[in-house]
Amino acid sequence: MACVESMNYEILLRNASFRECRDYVRSHCAEYVDVSPGYRLFDMHMIGVPPISIGLDGDTIVFPFTKPCYGTYLLKIEDRSEAEKVRALKKRK
Amino acid sequence: MTTNPKGDERKTAALVLGCPQVPVQTGIALYLSYSLKKEGIEPVIAGNRAARALIDISDPSRHYVEKFLDLDLYIELLAEKKQDFDYHFVFIHNDAGVSYAATIQALSPAPVIVLVYGEHFREVSDMIEFPCEKIAAKAVHNPMPLRRKLDEVLPWLVSSQ
Repeated sequence: MACVESMNYEILLRNASFRECRDYVRSHCAEYVDVSPGYRLFDMHMIGVPPISIGLDGDTIVFPFTKPCYGTYLLKIEDRSEAEKVRALKKRK
Repeated sequence: MTTNPKGDERKTAALVLGCPQVPVQTGIALYLSYSLKKEGIEPVIAGNRAARALIDISDPSRHYVEKFLDLDLYIELLAEKKQDFDYHFVFIHNDAGVSYAATIQALSPAPVIVLVYGEHFREVSDMIEFPCEKIAAKAVHNPMPLRRKLDEVLPWLVSSQ
């Protein structure tokens, strides 16, 4: 699995708070799934205050990405298999 | 609890460092490591490369810290239940620090103790709504306010858990 930082991503929000990211996903994405911290998305375990909202728009995933020195970014990446994996969580709930 | 090379078991504490942009972080981390060792607890530094390097060059003879972990690896170990610690001390001065502490609290049953400092320590502290022990002080360049609070609560924290 590719490293998120080497993937073709779009930055929707930068230096955002975890609340801003959650609110953006819930109000802008066609569907969203809440996951717990540590959920493995791409090659990383997600960092955040629960619940962490992951947005879905077709094959596009919108998710928060946190690094200590750069704060939280809200990223958008197109990846069909990962989107299906996240969507399957919603069906299981 | 871990077994060290001598074969005896001792408690371990992860010191989870944030971005080292606030000057007090490295000094307080070394002081906390010293205090934990006095209590018989082995400190392990988890942080990004810059945060670890600052500790590394400040303690070349390894008087206070012997073990280091990359921050992403530390999270992976907790998430995949490969390793845990008896305590997690999380250094926080911004929103990202709160996110890391919440993640650690969700992944580990061990006590999470947050050290909140920096110019905006009250606002950052108010963002923490999950269960943890808070040590908070307005410390940016001068570590003494945070050190005083740490001295007050650390013996109680490690004896009561």
